[in-house]
Amino acid sequence: MSLNRETTASLIVMAALLSTVLWAEATGEPFTITLATRAAIFALAGIGLNLALGMGGMVSLGHAVFFGIGGYAMGILASHAQTFTPLTTWPILIEGTNAMPVIWLVAVISSALAALAIGALTLRTSGVYFIMITLAFGQMFYYFMTGWPAYGGEDGLSIYVRNGFPGLNTLDPIQFFAICFAFLACALWLYIRVDASPFGLTLSAARQNEARLRAVGIDPFRIRLVAFTLSGAVTGLAGALFADLNRFVSPAMFSWQTSGEIVIFVILGGVGRPIGPVVGAGLYVLLEHTLGDVSDYWQIVLGAILLAIVLFARGGLTGLVLGRPLPHG
Amino acid sequence: MGDATPILEARGLSKRFGAIPASRAVTLDLRAGEIHALIGPNGAGKSTLIKLIAGDLTPDEGSVYLGGLDVTALGTAARAREGLGRTFQISSLIPEASVLQNATLGALGRLGQPYRFFSRALRDRALRRTAEAALATVGLEELHQTRSAELSHGQRRQLEIGVALTLAPKVFLMDEPMAGLSAEGARQLTGILSDLRRTAPILLVEHDMDVVFALADRISVLVAGEIIATGPPDAIRADPAVRSAYLGEATP
Repeated sequence: MSLNRETTASLIVMAALLSTVLWAEATGEPFTITLATRAAIFALAGIGLNLALGMGGMVSLGHAVFFGIGGYAMGILASHAQTFTPLTTWPILIEGTNAMPVIWLVAVISSALAALAIGALTLRTSGVYFIMITLAFGQMFYYFMTGWPAYGGEDGLSIYVRNGFPGLNTLDPIQFFAICFAFLACALWLYIRVDASPFGLTLSAARQNEARLRAVGIDPFRIRLVAFTLSGAVTGLAGALFADLNRFVSPAMFSWQTSGEIVIFVILGGVGRPIGPVVGAGLYVLLEHTLGDVSDYWQIVLGAILLAIVLFARGGLTGLVLGRPLPHG
Repeated sequence: MGDATPILEARGLSKRFGAIPASRAVTLDLRAGEIHALIGPNGAGKSTLIKLIAGDLTPDEGSVYLGGLDVTALGTAARAREGLGRTFQISSLIPEASVLQNATLGALGRLGQPYRFFSRALRDRALRRTAEAALATVGLEELHQTRSAELSHGQRRQLEIGVALTLAPKVFLMDEPMAGLSAEGARQLTGILSDLRRTAPILLVEHDMDVVFALADRISVLVAGEIIATGPPDAIRADPAVRSAYLGEATP
């Protein structure tokens, strides 16, 4: 099997990310590893969104909902574990946990269910209405978490110990990075496979021409709903990892700014390109760190870059390097 | 031509848009092996009738039968699954997808397999066979890799028919397949359609009268939402009502 350009580009970018971290480990720069971990988690959230936005043309400005649900799945389970209080005692006893695999599973399932419900309600609309209604759902969750005192309300929840994964010391930056990097690699692989699959072809048809899809006997709504659910699940997993990276969750994870940032990762890197969100998230974290040291207003520069990309390079940075995507064939 | 059992049947279809009746109790049928042409002047309600039959519009009265099954309550996608292969007046393809991908999409719909996430759409044997056979029938086997947005107008019309073919439909519903074609293109497509009627009967909406009279086994004439005549081409040509309403007295 020969590798196509998108896959080759993906391997190069992933290798660059990994080399950066290995170099940082060798030279004793744990903070660089933490930054790379942050980028990997953002990239994972972006790949989730790219399934909906890039492949399916669903411009969701509410993906913070899934990122936040993933985050609070971690926050709620771990906070109960650290205070040794069960979540509920009736009808069955549910205890908190600080086992990462359990937290991930809960994060993925709950964000997928939320995406299924929100998708079922919002995917009847399209265009600007879809953007606004997903934004509205995001704000609903944001204000709900702000006003729910049981889990910290506005102040959020601090988790004092990083959750555990059997056989790893998750407090060691490079080991936690390894976990995030592994998930990112899996998500990237998933994206590339789905892109070439019957489902991917159908989803991109739903984005480009609904009437055509109906004429071959396929209902575009159901296709979009499945894609949106998958998208929410991936972004939810990223949320759980992000909460563990910071050992802190707050309603800010649900904010519209978070939704906007995930969209920015995708647009910077290239909408609908497998590696796009990884490139976008990498650039975002790089700018945040380098320019953030210079000025609190670093996002002015981000805005200018975003503007330049939207105006002059619609394919994002990936498009600048690789040109237009080729049709499979 | 063909046996007498209709494969597609419209019974008393009526549709009003506000005060304007677009279809008035339209009854027509399509039998095995035939090309049934639907002609009529602009604004006669041909597009409305196509949409009523395809499922884009719900009739105020009347019903549509496909292969003996009442499909009036079904939507567009469900009717396509029941065997209605449609081509659009303005080519309606997946622009960024290759010719082969467009045909594969049809095969996916036909085989009911859109929810497969890990296999490769273009490496699947059953899908590939269906898609390639359809593309060969319409003469696009050399252009598998071409993005459909880059096809010529005539090639897009051929691909429209190719995608409909992948559905292995019970009937074809073709809305002006010759629109905008060169004389050479129209001649080529006429040949394809003439053979295609043996695969499945065709309900053909067409403006080009040379094509209609060359191809049709039967012709129905729609004027102001109403069918004023149905019959073989010679009878239609001779029908006084048709001559005055549509063809014009000067036409032989």
